[in-house]
Amino acid sequence: MKTWLTHHREAAGLAVGRLLGAPVNTLLSILAIGIALALPAGGQMLLANALQVAGTTSSTPQISIFMAQNADAKAATEIAARLKKFGGIAKTEFIAREQTLTRMKASQGLKDVIEALPANPFPDAFIITATDDRPENMEKLAAEFRQWPKVEHVQLDSAWVRRLDALLRLGRTAVLLLGLLLGTGLVAITFNTIRMQMLTSRAEIEVSRLLGATDGYIQRPFLYYGALLGLGGGLVAWLLAGAAALWLRGPLGDLVRLYEINLVLQPLGLPDSLLLLAAAAGLGWLGGLLSLRQHLRQA
Amino acid sequence: MIRFDRVSKRYPPGIDALSHLSFEVAEGELAVVCGHSGAGKSTLLKLIAAIEKPTGGAVLVGGQNVGGLSRSALPFLRRRIGMVFQDQKLLFDRNAFDNVMLPLSIAGFPPREAAQRVRAALDKVGLGTREKALPIALSGGEQQRLAIARAVVCRPSLLLADEPTAHLDTETAADVARIFHEFHQVGVTVLIATYDAGLFPGARRIQLDHGTLR
Repeated sequence: MKTWLTHHREAAGLAVGRLLGAPVNTLLSILAIGIALALPAGGQMLLANALQVAGTTSSTPQISIFMAQNADAKAATEIAARLKKFGGIAKTEFIAREQTLTRMKASQGLKDVIEALPANPFPDAFIITATDDRPENMEKLAAEFRQWPKVEHVQLDSAWVRRLDALLRLGRTAVLLLGLLLGTGLVAITFNTIRMQMLTSRAEIEVSRLLGATDGYIQRPFLYYGALLGLGGGLVAWLLAGAAALWLRGPLGDLVRLYEINLVLQPLGLPDSLLLLAAAAGLGWLGGLLSLRQHLRQA
Repeated sequence: MIRFDRVSKRYPPGIDALSHLSFEVAEGELAVVCGHSGAGKSTLLKLIAAIEKPTGGAVLVGGQNVGGLSRSALPFLRRRIGMVFQDQKLLFDRNAFDNVMLPLSIAGFPPREAAQRVRAALDKVGLGTREKALPIALSGGEQQRLAIARAVVCRPSLLLADEPTAHLDTETAADVARIFHEFHQVGVTVLIATYDAGLFPGARRIQLDHGTLR
């Protein structure tokens, strides 16, 4: 156990020494990895923010039923009775046309327009909350309501939720794809860097082997080297994503305020940050391992 | 300690470095392998440390057939053997201390105890004051002694040396030879390949001629 610890400490020390020994090379490698990883990291950051917005903005999806203009109170009562008997409805809210008129009149700009109209332009309306608000079920309910008498228009306000949902799903796939692609890039970068390292340390590898070093002993510093390189790149990616968050915060906030969404762009959260760093280090280690597998036997 | 049983080593394309070689070296013995250049001295040493594998016969070290060792078992054989290479194989980017430290680090010695051993080994070969020196700053004789310090720092029971006095002037060569005698005197089995057996008076001679015993 103590030997094991000593070996690991020495290997890590050796790896750090090699990284610091060629600072320009190290810096360039870390920058290359960092920039590659910044793309999926930034994507994930935007996605997390979008999810946050979607989570606070999308209340339960509802169905609005608007009665025809010529429908009288009796028709509305009939619909109300039908809705009461209809299964799968959690809540029904009736909004009478007079009520809507009063509410709209309260709005400064609309008052004059509405008063200029000869009659109340608003229909009676029902707002339905379904027990099962999955999009398929909502569609089915809306289709049913459309066939009822004196119903002029049925509006499914889950449509935009579905659109957002689909958009977010697309975003998630894109981030995943980017992550896979650029993660592979990271593996390739460390693979090559470690191959070069092995070439420069050929004498050391040969002598160590003659003195009784196991493959594990020889590999360890290179694996640390790869993992540290990956970790450094991950850190750079994290910083880039964070800087982008600060930089985009103002303009993006202004943009989405036009859609009445309040958004303060947040940098990557703690779990995402840790995942980024761990994945970067892990992939660097993997690149090193693949490189060692490929080249150590020849060295 | 070492037993060669009808050992042959043939390099492609059909060059026999050793053929049907049989001999034994007892524990605690000091033996020199001598012969002309190309007689197979280096090959013989490499077979003992399993750097090369025999193409025929068996090489036994401490009763173990080293030709049949798996790749993963090799490191543990080599840790029991101290070896001074013909080209020394020092690491030129590490100072004398770190060069001698390497075998201890490989064997997983605790750093403090290892450092003491390194100093003891450097003292033993007369390099106690040069531990910070890079090998490039050492003379030929000092480099040779550094290689010896690295070979003995793990206190092996078997010490192999391939032409340890080559390229050294007579005085330095005698100095190096004396170090090997000292290890022999404390019970280490020593096997030295050399063209100049005269440097090791009292050592048993294993005379090679074109890969066979003469």
